[in-house]
This record gives sequence, C-alpha cells and structure tokens, in this order.
Amino acid sequence: MIDFEIIRSYIPLYTEALFLTVKIGWLGILAALVIGLSGAAIRHFNISILDKLVLIYVEVFRNTPLLVQLFFIYFALPKIGIKMSAEKCGILGLGLIGGAYMIETIRSGLESVAAIQSESALSLGMTKRQTFVYIILPQAFTISFPGIIANVIFLLKETSVFSTISLMDLMFTAKDLIGMYAKTVECLSLLVIFYLIMLLPVSIIGSALERRIRHAEFGN
Amino acid sequence: MNELIKVDHLHKSYDQNTVLRDINLTINKGEVVVIIGPSGCGKSTFLRCLNGLETIDSGHIEVCGHEVNTTSKEIYKIRQKVGMVFQSYDLFPHKTVIENIILAPLKVQKRNRADAEKEAIELLAKVGLSDKKDYYPRQLSGGQKQRVAIVRALIMHPDVLLFDEVTAALDPEMVHEVLQTMLELAKNGSTMLIVTHEMAFARAVADRIVFFDKGDIVEETGDVKAFFDAPKTERAKNFLKTFTYD
Repeated sequence: MIDFEIIRSYIPLYTEALFLTVKIGWLGILAALVIGLSGAAIRHFNISILDKLVLIYVEVFRNTPLLVQLFFIYFALPKIGIKMSAEKCGILGLGLIGGAYMIETIRSGLESVAAIQSESALSLGMTKRQTFVYIILPQAFTISFPGIIANVIFLLKETSVFSTISLMDLMFTAKDLIGMYAKTVECLSLLVIFYLIMLLPVSIIGSALERRIRHAEFGN
Repeated sequence: MNELIKVDHLHKSYDQNTVLRDINLTINKGEVVVIIGPSGCGKSTFLRCLNGLETIDSGHIEVCGHEVNTTSKEIYKIRQKVGMVFQSYDLFPHKTVIENIILAPLKVQKRNRADAEKEAIELLAKVGLSDKKDYYPRQLSGGQKQRVAIVRALIMHPDVLLFDEVTAALDPEMVHEVLQTMLELAKNGSTMLIVTHEMAFARAVADRIVFFDKGDIVEETGDVKAFFDAPKTERAKNFLKTFTYD
C-alpha cells in the first residue's frame, strides 16, 4: 500500500531539492547557450585556429558521458589544484556538455539560411556583423528553436547525475530517503512527479514560443 | 563626372574555368544598359563583381570614382551607392515589408525611423503597394516581393541600380508589373544596368545593349533597334533566333 502520510512529509525535502536542481540546471543551460552561440559564430565565420578548437571541444564533450565529465571536474581537477564547490562543478559540467550540443544545434540553423540572404544584406551596405545580427541569426534561431528546447529538456534531465557528486538534487534526495526509510515506491513516485513539475512547463511553454517565433516566416 | 561605372580589363575565373575575359565597359550617369546573352555566359557574375559580391582576378572596377576592392572597408560605402535586386525573392522573411525596407536606412545610414518610414511609405505607394506595408513576405506574390525588393534598393538613394534577371522566377502575369516599375525608373532618369531575358523589354528600355557570350562582350551598341533587327555578329544572330518561332 502507498503511504500518503509519508509522501506528504517528504514533499518539503523534494521541494528544496527541486529548487536546487532548477537553479543549477538553468545556470548550466545559460552557460550552454552562451558557449553554443559563441562556438556556432566561430564556426560560422570560420575563424582559423579557434574553429578547429571548437570542433575538438564539440567532439570530446558530445562523445563522453556527462557522468565521466563530472567525475573529471569534481575528482580529478582538484588533484591538479583546481578546486570548486560541488554546485559550481555541476554548473560547469552541464554548461560544457550543453555547450557542445548547442553549438551543433545553432550551427545547423545558421547553415540553413540561404546565401542570398546575406548577399542581399551586404549589397545594401550592411557590414558582416550587421548581416549576422539582423539577418542570419534571427532566421537561424527560428530554425534552431525546437532543437534548443530539446537540448534544454535533455540538460534538465541530465541533472540527475549530479547526485553522484553529492549535490542534493532531486535524484540525490530520493536515493537518500530510500536508503534511510526504504519507502521505495513512495520516493520514486514523488521523484517522477517532481521531474514532471520541473519539465512539463518547459515543454508546454517551448511549444507555445515556437509557434510565436515561427509566425513571421511560416504563418500558423 | 559622367562615368558612374568604369570596368577595365576585368578578368575572372573559377579554377580552370574562365567566366569573364578582358571585360571593358563604361556606364554613364542616366544611362540604361541592358546585358543579354545565353545562360552561363557570365552576365550575373559580372553584375556581382560590380558591388564586390565576387572577387576579381585582375583588372579594375571603379564605381563613382572609387576602386571596388572586396578587402577594403570602402566596399561598404560603394555598396550603398549600388542598389541590387536579385532573381530569387530575397526579402528578409522574418521582417515585414516596411521593416525590410527601412532596415538598411536605419542601421547603415543611421537615419531616424520616422523619416525612413515616411519615405518607405511614399515609395511603396509609387509601386502600388501601400496597403502591404505590414505584411510578411510570405503573404505577397512573387511580383509584389520583387517590387518591394526594388523599393528596398531605392530607399538607399543609390547612384546606380543593378537588376539580375529579376523576372526570371516570376509567373508570366507578374513579369509585367515588375518591368513596368523598372520602366518608370528608367523614365525618371535612373542609371540602370539590367540583366534580362525579356527581349521586348530590353528593346523598350535600353539606351545601350551589351551582348555577352562565353565570358566575352561580343557586341555592344547604342543602336538598340538595329541590334535586334540585324545584329552584326553571328553569335548574337544565333542567340536572338532562339527567341523567335516560325
């Protein structure tokens, strides 16, 4: 039988964990977006050596698990003198893997904007920078938007590995409570519900935003 | 200064493939020059060289007394003097008609919004599109889009307008409205360089005809009527023959 009294008593703990997860998650995603945009711009403009570095970065971080990256940041970096709090490690880890995904998503959007678009902007006397900011980027963003939202949802779910570096996120809280009181069904049900509370609004708001953003170019 | 564009010994090739061979051409203020020739003869590439969208291998291009050099900052100034309209509908799809038109005046020329909008609306009225100013490009027909593209070029007050096969992608009934707009511009004294396959239009609008073939200027004449009735060169004869059916 499911013990609802237990569930009720666990809710404050889960809520606290939710706030921490959301905080670290969104800070990591913000970092990922900044990295993604800069990296995609570097690749788009083909900036000599930087371009190669971005390419290597993307391949390294896309092709290793977040868990491994996080262990590296949390356990290996301190050995060579780089120490950070668990929270900062989480944000950095999420930002780095997310950045790699965002670069690819934004870059594919940039590449799908037809060359004639920048040629017409240039022929009006706009500089390369103006062309990028006012013409290419807005169109690329529209195209990349569903991919960006998919990345955001993926990254928020990936926060579950933070529990391994003893960050008290949702996953950690659930495992901890199961370890202490063995109320497995209650704890895991609450865990599912709290992940849905965190992620469903993102999906719903994401779809609504997508419709709005696409309106100019594609209608309803 | 009567010469707006001066091209000297222009040469361009892609790898082994020569697209423009020793081109010499001068366009004077107020002149309408029409370039015709078979597909792939270098007409469009030539036009794109004039505002630095393509680099050249050797020779010189001067626009309004400035050397066209794609690596110098000057190129942005030159492009403001040279308006260009392309074959494909190249409006910015994420911006409304009026935003398409005033973007460059605001960002490039730093004009104030009210002033730019006022002029945009006047120009739209001239091409019969005042009611479309808040439409998105997807809501317009091909002919309407091209007329907006022309307005977008005009609002920069260019010294010369380049038209690169602007009616080639249009349905026949739309071609007329676009050509009519261009004819008006010609009548008002605009300097224009037009690449087109519309021979009747070329005949009506041109002060001078330049016939390109395989990267060369084969024939160039101010006697437009004579060119169409009895071209001097064999190559022009054969080209013009492809437009008649008997």
